[in-house]
Amino acid sequence: MEDLITPKSEKEAIEMLNRYNEDLLPRKFGIAGKLWVTVLCIVIAIGLYNYIQQLRFGLKVTGLNDTVSWGIYISNFVFFVAVSLVGSLITAVLNLLNVNWRAPLTRISEVIAVSAIMFAGLIIIVDMGRPDRILNMFLHGRIQSPIVWDVIVVMTYMTISLLLLYFSLLPNIAFCRDRLPNIPKWQRKMYSVLSFGWENKPEQYEIIKRAVKILSVLIIPVALSIHTVTSWLFATTYRPGWDSTNFGAYFVAGAFMVGAAAVIAGMSILRKFYVHYDEYLTDKHFDRMGRLLVLLSFIYLYFTVNEYFIPGYKMKGDEAEHLRELFTGHYAPMFWSVQIFGMFIPIIVLLFKKGRKPLPIFIMAVFVIIGAWFKRYLIVIPTMLHPFLPLQQIPEASKHYAPTLAEWSITGASLAGALLVITLFVRYFPVISIWEIAEERGIHSDTIYEHLNEKV
Amino acid sequence: MSQKSDDKEKLEGDHSGRRDFLKFGFLAAGLTVVGGGLQKVFSDNKDSAKVESGNKVKVLTTDGKLVEVDSSHLKAHECCGASPTDSREGIPGKKYVMVIDLSRCKNALKCQKACQKHHLLPEQDKWLKVFKMQDSPEASPYWMPKPCLHCDKPPCVKVCPVDATFKRSDGLVLIDNERCIGCRFCMAACPYSTRTFNWEEPQQPANILEMSYSPETSVPRKKGTVEKCDFCPDMLKQGNLPHCVSACPNGVYYFGDANEDTVCNGDETVRFKQLLRDKAGYRYMEGLGTEPSVYYLPAANRLFPFEDAEEVKEK
Repeated sequence: MEDLITPKSEKEAIEMLNRYNEDLLPRKFGIAGKLWVTVLCIVIAIGLYNYIQQLRFGLKVTGLNDTVSWGIYISNFVFFVAVSLVGSLITAVLNLLNVNWRAPLTRISEVIAVSAIMFAGLIIIVDMGRPDRILNMFLHGRIQSPIVWDVIVVMTYMTISLLLLYFSLLPNIAFCRDRLPNIPKWQRKMYSVLSFGWENKPEQYEIIKRAVKILSVLIIPVALSIHTVTSWLFATTYRPGWDSTNFGAYFVAGAFMVGAAAVIAGMSILRKFYVHYDEYLTDKHFDRMGRLLVLLSFIYLYFTVNEYFIPGYKMKGDEAEHLRELFTGHYAPMFWSVQIFGMFIPIIVLLFKKGRKPLPIFIMAVFVIIGAWFKRYLIVIPTMLHPFLPLQQIPEASKHYAPTLAEWSITGASLAGALLVITLFVRYFPVISIWEIAEERGIHSDTIYEHLNEKV
Repeated sequence: MSQKSDDKEKLEGDHSGRRDFLKFGFLAAGLTVVGGGLQKVFSDNKDSAKVESGNKVKVLTTDGKLVEVDSSHLKAHECCGASPTDSREGIPGKKYVMVIDLSRCKNALKCQKACQKHHLLPEQDKWLKVFKMQDSPEASPYWMPKPCLHCDKPPCVKVCPVDATFKRSDGLVLIDNERCIGCRFCMAACPYSTRTFNWEEPQQPANILEMSYSPETSVPRKKGTVEKCDFCPDMLKQGNLPHCVSACPNGVYYFGDANEDTVCNGDETVRFKQLLRDKAGYRYMEGLGTEPSVYYLPAANRLFPFEDAEEVKEK
C-alpha cells in the first residue's frame, strides 16, 4: 500500500520483523475467546445429540416431507459452498493480479474457505437418508449424475484449498515450533510434525512460491466449478424456479459476494480482539474490500435481475405461481428483506467512503452474510412447494415446510463447527502470514529468512 | 474326473432347468386359469405349504395340457420378486404400457386401495394418486389417476448418483433399496411428484420382514430410501395385471405390451395403437421430453358426471 514504510536500513528491518513476531504469533485466548469457544462447543454438542436422534429415528425428526424433500440442510450446503469460494477469490485472483495489499487477507480467506468446504461436505452427509451407504458413491458412482460431479469438484477444491493454505503456512509453523515460548509439549510436537522439518532455506521459499502460483491458477476453474455444479443440482431438474440457464453464473456471483463479506467480517473480528492488528488490517484494507464488495454486489444484482425480472415479465403458468409466492405471497417478507438488507442497503452504504470505515462495513458484511443464508433458503424451499401437479392426496403436513428444532440445531451446529475450526486455527497458527507481510512491506527476503532462522 | 463332474453338473443343470420351467409354466398358466378368487386361499396356505391340502386345482400347462395339482404346490407364486441384481433385467420381449381413460374415472379410488394394500403402504404414502384437475377456468374439472409414468427417458434415473433406480428393457423403472443412499435427488428431478421417502422405519408385518428384499416387490420396505409405483412386476411375471388395473370397477386402466400392441382393462382387450388413435390419446406434459409409458385418453364424453365427494360433504 502507498503509505507503507519501507525499511531504510537492515537494522530497521530487523526491528520491524521483531515487531511482527510479537504482534502476529498466536497467543492464548482471554476470557472472551474462551467463552466463545465454550458457546460454540455447546451448540455443537446439542447438534450432535440431535443428529444421533436423526440417525436412530430417521429424517422424520426434520420438517422434511415428500413435497419438500430438500430443506435447510441443502440450503445450508449451498451457503457453505458459496462462502468457500472466497479462498480462491482473495488468494488466487488477487495474487495473480499482483495486488499489493493482499498479504494480510490471504490466510484469513483460505481458512474460511477450508472450514466452509469441510462443513459443506459434512452437511450433505447429514442430509442423506442412508449415510451408512456412503461408500456406494464410489462403488456404484455414475458419471451421469450431477451429484457425482459435485463430489468430484468439492473434493478437488478441498484438496487444493488445503494445499494453498498449508504451503504458505509452512514457514510460520516452523517459526512457531522454534520461537513460541512456554507452550505445552503436545503443541510443540504438533508444530514439529506439521512443519515437516522446515529449515528456512531460500530454495524452500522458492518452491513454496512457485507451488502457490501454480495452485492459484489451478484453483480458479475448480472454484468456479464447485458453485456452478452446485447450481446444476437444481438447474438440471424441470422444476419452476430451478429450470434456469442463468443459475451457474448467478450462483457464482452470489458466492463471490458472500465470500468477500465473510472475509470482511473475519477481518473486523480479528482487529477487534487482537491488539496491534489494526496496523496490519488497516482502514485502507477495509476500504479496498468495501469497494470489491460493491463491485461484486453489482454483478450479483445484475444476475438477480435476470433471474427474477425476465420470468416475472412473462409470468409463465407454472413459474408464475412460484414467483407470486416470492413477490407478494407467503415468502414475500423474506424475499424482500433479503433483497433490501442483503443487497440494496449494503450497496448504497458501501458506495460512500464513510460507509467503508471498519464499523459500518462490518455491519454491512453481516447483513450480506445473513441475507445470503436466507437467499439460499429461498432458492431451495419455495420451488419444492410448487411442483407441476397440484398438492393433493397428501397429508396436510406435506403442504408446508417448517424446519424442526432438531433440524435447526443440527444446521446451527454445522455453522458453529465451521466457526470453531476458524477459531482454533487463529488460536494455534499465525492468521496473518509473517513472512508475506514482511515481503509485502519491502523487507529483503534474505533478511527475512536469516531472521526466521535464528534460534532462540 | 473333471469330465465326470462336468457331466454331473450338466445333468443337474438340465434337471433344475426343466423343473423351473415346469414350475413357472404351472404358476403362470395356473393362475390365469384359476383367477384371483383362489389367490387368498393359496396365500393362507403359506405355512402349511409342505402338507398336501387335498384341494385339487386344474391348471393349464404351457403346452396346452390341462392337469390337476394340489393347491399347496401353487404357493410359490407369492415370492416372485427376483434378487436386486436379477431385477435389473426386464421380462424378455416385453414393453409395458398403460392407457388411462379419463372419461371413465369417477374417483372411486379402488385402484389406490388395492395399491396401498398390496404394497403395504401406510396412509400417508400414496404411490397412485387421483388428482382433481381443471385445465382452464371455463373447462370442467376431471379426475386424473397418476401412477409412476415409467418414462422412457426417466429424469430420476439420469440423476441417481449410485444407479439405485434403473430402467429395464421391459420399460419398468424400479428402485434397488439396498443400494439407495437416500439423497432424494430423484424426488427433486421427477416432474410428476411420483416418489415418496421412508422418513422413518416402516411398520411391516413379521412375515414380510423375513422375506429377502426384491426391487420387484419393493418389500421389505427400508428406512431412509425412496419408493414409488413399480407397475407390480411380481404380477406381470405371472402374466397378471397390476393391482390398480384389476381393482378398477370402471375399466379406467388399460395395461399391456406395446410389442404385442394389445392392452387390457380386465373387461376388454384392445389394440394399443388403435385405442390411442381412436380416442386421441396423449401423454401428460409431452413437452418435457420424458417419454412416459403411461398414456391418457381425454376426459370427453364421460361416463359419470364430475362429483367431488369432499365438496358434496361440505355442502
